[in-house]
Formats: sequence, structure tokens, C-alpha cells
Amino acid sequence: MSGGGNWLEVPALRYSQMMSSTVPSSPAPGTSWRKSPAVRVGLSISIATGLYAISFGALSVTAGLTFWQTMILSLFMFSGGSQFAFIGVIGGGGTGVAAMSAATLLGIRNGVYGMQMNALVRPKGWRKVVAAQVTIDESAATASGQLENSEQRRGFWTAGLGVFTLWNLFTAVGALAGDALGDPQQWGLDGAAVAAFLGLLWPRLQAKQPASIAVVCALVTVLTIPFLPSGVPILVAAAVAGAIGWFKHDAVPAGMAPDIEPYEEPYSEHDLDHYAKDHTVHGQNDPGNDR
Amino acid sequence: MSLWWWLLLACALGFAIKFSGYLLPQRMMDNPRMSRVAATLTIGLLASLTMVNAFSGGQALTLDARVVALGAAAVALWLRAPFLVVVIVGAVAAALTRLTGWG
Repeated sequence: MSGGGNWLEVPALRYSQMMSSTVPSSPAPGTSWRKSPAVRVGLSISIATGLYAISFGALSVTAGLTFWQTMILSLFMFSGGSQFAFIGVIGGGGTGVAAMSAATLLGIRNGVYGMQMNALVRPKGWRKVVAAQVTIDESAATASGQLENSEQRRGFWTAGLGVFTLWNLFTAVGALAGDALGDPQQWGLDGAAVAAFLGLLWPRLQAKQPASIAVVCALVTVLTIPFLPSGVPILVAAAVAGAIGWFKHDAVPAGMAPDIEPYEEPYSEHDLDHYAKDHTVHGQNDPGNDR
Repeated sequence: MSLWWWLLLACALGFAIKFSGYLLPQRMMDNPRMSRVAATLTIGLLASLTMVNAFSGGQALTLDARVVALGAAAVALWLRAPFLVVVIVGAVAAALTRLTGWG
């Protein structure tokens, strides 16, 4: 993937060539968008996350924002956590500058996702701007949950553009009809968000070390929630997780590998057995990875 | 300054942060230490976001219907349910819990 210009076809071709000769039972997910597991995951996430925007729209107008202020947040801020933080501060009687600070702190992780996605997706020109705007939890997680580079790109674009479209559509629905719907919590939409984040985390917990990092960060979050402004515990947990990664000197353990370029470095066309074996272990026998 | 200005500034900062990730040189990500950090960061952030969504009520820990949703989603994932089913299970669990009058 040194060129990266034709992000649709080059990796798909390489992958389908390998797969057709090594794992015949596979539906050859690299060959089309329609059969791609990453696209399925991305669409599922788009629907689930998009529907959750009903509660954002409704809560935003309840917090005192206008319809267009609510829509501008979804169109241009476009990061669920930051948006909820913003309206949460306003709804709680906070100032505009406090709302902006909370939203911005919560958005810092998108910069990290941006670095990761730049390495995986490698958009060029105007696509870089579009990619940046749709770089959020869901698109980053969908992409890095895939093992092949072509699937990572499909996952990123499907989840990113899909969530963007439905998130804005349902923000409008929620803002217009929010009061008529009543309390969005009555529909369990906050429970859906919890389930979605756990579902994104789950496939990463197969190995022991990622699981222990998750437990440590979960504990750090829960223990700091009562003492820090909302949004900041997430950053503290991120700092802890980053420090663990920084000071660990062993190789990237299984379960973490999919994040950066699993395609280029460890495997080559001359190493098909290794590739097929590893892919079978992670992708075929483990539904958690491709859902 | 009216709320509009803070809102627009927050949107601009949000995009600037996202975009800055795409402007860093690719070499930085080829470093094995950077990929380790990116990997552990993702796991840590997802774990943290799960907890915040489940237990945070502003700046306080709260125990409500969302913890039932968390448990139900975990069971669904344990049974290897597809992602969308997991999300629906979470919503239904929270909604049903509230119907019983708790949370």
C-alpha cells in the first residue's frame, strides 16, 4: 500500500487473490462492497448510532438550544461525546466557554483516531478533509477492528459516512419531534449507547493483555468520575492507556495487532501460509472479530 | 459573546483536532512504539467510554437502567450475537428496566 491512490481496488485485488487460493470456504470479503463484513459492521453501527441521535436532538432542544444550533453541532462538530458534553453543560446552566472546553477536551481523542486512520486509510486531497470530518469513535473502531487493509478502509468509510448521514437525519427528527416522543431514555436509547461501546470493545478483549488494559482504564474512569469535570475521566484513562503502550517493550500482542498496517509489514505475497493461518485464527473462528 | 460564537468555535476546534491527525507525517506511525500506544489508547478509550456511558450522571456515579443494559449486552456478546442485536438488546433491557419503575 505504498501508493494508496486507488484505495478501492488495489488492496481488494491482492486480498481476493490470496483468499481464493487459501481459504475457499470464505465469501472472499475483499472482492465487493456488498459482501464485505466490514461494510455490514459499518452499516449496523450507522443505524444504531444514527438512531441514538434522536435522543441528542431531543435533549439538545430541551437544554435550550435552537433547532439550528442543534443541527450545526451534528453537522460540524459531529462527535457524539463532544456534542452531548456541550449540551450537557448548557443544560446544567454552564457557560458557553465551559461547554466549548468540555466538548473540545472530549474531542482530543479524535486527533488520535485521525493519526491511526491516516495510516490505515491514507486519503488524498479533498478526501482528507472528508475523512477528518467523519473520524469518530465508530468509524475508527470499525476500521481498526478489521484485519485486512481493504476491509479497514471500507469499514472506515461505511461507518463514517453512514453515521454522518443518519446522525444528522435523526438529530433533526429528534429536535423536531423530541417533545412528542417524550423521554428518549424511556426508549432505552442510553442503554443502546452503552451496548454499542461494549460491542466495539469486546472483540479486542480476546487476549489477556488487552483485557487487563481495558479493566485498568475502566477502573480509572469509574474512580475519577466523581472528582473530575465530565469528559476528563476519559482523557485520564487515555493517558493511562497511552503510558502502558509507551513503556511496554514487548511486541504488539495479539488482539492489538489489527490497529496499524497488519497488511504491509507482517505478511507478504510469499508468506501465504502464515497469512492464511493467522487470518483463520482471528477472522474465521472468531465471530467477535468480524461480527 | 453569545452562545452561537462558542458553539461555532467548538465546532472549528473539533474539526481542527481531527484534521491535525491527518497532517502528521506518516513516519510517526511506522514507529512500533507509536503503534503500541495507538493500540492501547484505543482499548483504553473504548473501555472508558463504555464506563462513562454506563455509570456517569454528569460528575457523579449513578446506578440506573444502563447497568442492566451493560449486563444484557455482555451476555449477548458472550453468546456471540451480531453487533446490531447487541445494541437492540441494550436498548430493550434499559427500556424494560424503566418499565418496572427502577432506573
